[in-house]
Amino acid sequence: MRTTAELKEVATQIRRDVIRMVHGAKCGHPGGAMGCADYLSALFFRVMDHNPDFEMDGIEEDIFFLSNGHICAGLYSALARSGYFPVEELGTFRQLNTRLQGHPATEEGLPGIRIATGSLGQGLSVAVGAALTKKLNGDDHIVYSLHGDGELQEGQNWEAFMFAAHHKVDNIIAAIDWNECQIDGTTQDVMDLGDLEAKVASFGWEVITLDGNVMEEVLDTLTAAKALVGKGKPIALLMRTKMAAGVDFMSGKYQWHGKAPNDEQAEQALAQLEPTLGDY
Amino acid sequence: MTITPIAKDSAKENLKETRAGFGQGIYEFAKKNPKAVLLTADLAGSMRIKKYLAEFSERFFNCGVAEANMIGVAAGMTIGGRIPFTTTFANFSTGRVYDQIRQSVAYSDKNVKICASHAGLSLGEDGATHQILEDMGMMRMLPHMTVVVPCDYTQTRLATLAVGDMKGPVYLRFGRPKMPDFTLEDQNFEIGKAQLLREGSDVSIIACGHMVWMAIEAADELAGRGISAEVINMHTIKPLDEEAIVKSLQKTGCVVTAEEHQRNGGLGDAVAQVCARHLPSPQEFVAVDDSFGESGPPADLLAKYGLDRAHIVAASESVIKRKGV
Repeated sequence: MRTTAELKEVATQIRRDVIRMVHGAKCGHPGGAMGCADYLSALFFRVMDHNPDFEMDGIEEDIFFLSNGHICAGLYSALARSGYFPVEELGTFRQLNTRLQGHPATEEGLPGIRIATGSLGQGLSVAVGAALTKKLNGDDHIVYSLHGDGELQEGQNWEAFMFAAHHKVDNIIAAIDWNECQIDGTTQDVMDLGDLEAKVASFGWEVITLDGNVMEEVLDTLTAAKALVGKGKPIALLMRTKMAAGVDFMSGKYQWHGKAPNDEQAEQALAQLEPTLGDY
Repeated sequence: MTITPIAKDSAKENLKETRAGFGQGIYEFAKKNPKAVLLTADLAGSMRIKKYLAEFSERFFNCGVAEANMIGVAAGMTIGGRIPFTTTFANFSTGRVYDQIRQSVAYSDKNVKICASHAGLSLGEDGATHQILEDMGMMRMLPHMTVVVPCDYTQTRLATLAVGDMKGPVYLRFGRPKMPDFTLEDQNFEIGKAQLLREGSDVSIIACGHMVWMAIEAADELAGRGISAEVINMHTIKPLDEEAIVKSLQKTGCVVTAEEHQRNGGLGDAVAQVCARHLPSPQEFVAVDDSFGESGPPADLLAKYGLDRAHIVAASESVIKRKGV
């Protein structure tokens, strides 16, 4: 098992991969991917019981869904670094004939991707459906999902929140990347989410709020969340993060939602991120 | 192509809903396949699924009035090996949830069966908000999607079983009213294989859904006028049985397509593509001409919008005159 210090190193490498991938493609979405690097590191390198010899059905293993598909650079890095496909393939991100599409897809057969996402607001329904199948199948593994906070402006999420509570889908841990940034500005300015904790709780979910950029807190929260599995309610993690966390001049700025750093900015950013696992 | 026999003479006394064929079909499929699950969006009563509910309630999920979530949940349920059937009105099964179907089902190539009732004008009195006439077009444009439009109760039952047995996303379209049940139990229903119901030499009438019965009646009337009409039941819109179309047109040289759908995007368009690519032929379209429907009894609506025996007869006479011009 990776130590907490090692998980932090993995998160740093994921951030570094994200910068290099987005800079290489000259487009993409670095902000959310970097903000969620700690969570992805914790899930893929310690918490999830998962099989990098990928099988679509994910029987008897924990499975993960990325609903905010635009932050896929972070997921691709986590998948490659945990053995789903060669890390060299990260260099093909967004290029013609790549398996690493601009938003995640199953069409090209990239191991680790079970559903296409990108058009927002659909991943929670899918994750809830997969969790329901696990229950019907008597498979006591967990479904993890990750969502943007801006994405919650899509109404389908709230349909899924209702459904999961009503049908007691209590084997899902859905994390919201609560960075309060979206492409057009802050969530407060674009479409205020209001009292998110109260809203999600009122839909019948267990809600835990955490700082998603502090590894120890991420790990403790996931332990607490796993203890709630099977208790009759779905579980939501409201994860306070900084968009583009890990690079000082980018951190907390909504402008990094969907913009590639230029050569100079990439160099500056990479100077702040050690190649802890080695670059691809 | 061999002729598929039908029970024409008894059909007029044997009226049944195609949606009830779905209800029976899903019951039988769930009985033989424990992986089947059924989802609806607050329309369990209209979908004729009482038998399923009585026996398989643990494999039934009511999603409430929330179709977008239903499609997503169904896509997710395939992961782990379940075979989800969603069922609600055709309007709420397609237009309402097009992006969910496009991304979570079609693009992701999930084994979801979208079973859609109350399609077309024959939904009747509820009016145009509910009478979807664009669904076949939307669904046949999606890569990976199979589109099946059975013509009567028995065929809808068999189609439900067949789509359950195949792997991949399917749109299965059926209707609300009672219609003659004329196809036979042992009809050898096969997805993607058109059925030749009647041989003819002057004109090919290619129809789907409720319009197939009207095509049969139209062929009878045309025979009385000395015109030999071939009738093809094109129950699968995608993949389209191109070979059956070309073979028939080589014989007749002209075609009438008949569907309870907009002229844009439906069966007629699909057939016209085959003609254009393989055997350019005069074609008339019995379909809705770029308008919405309205409230009214189904038969009156179908007549008003040109979707009945009389219009198929007129279209046939008209298209024959265009041959060789």
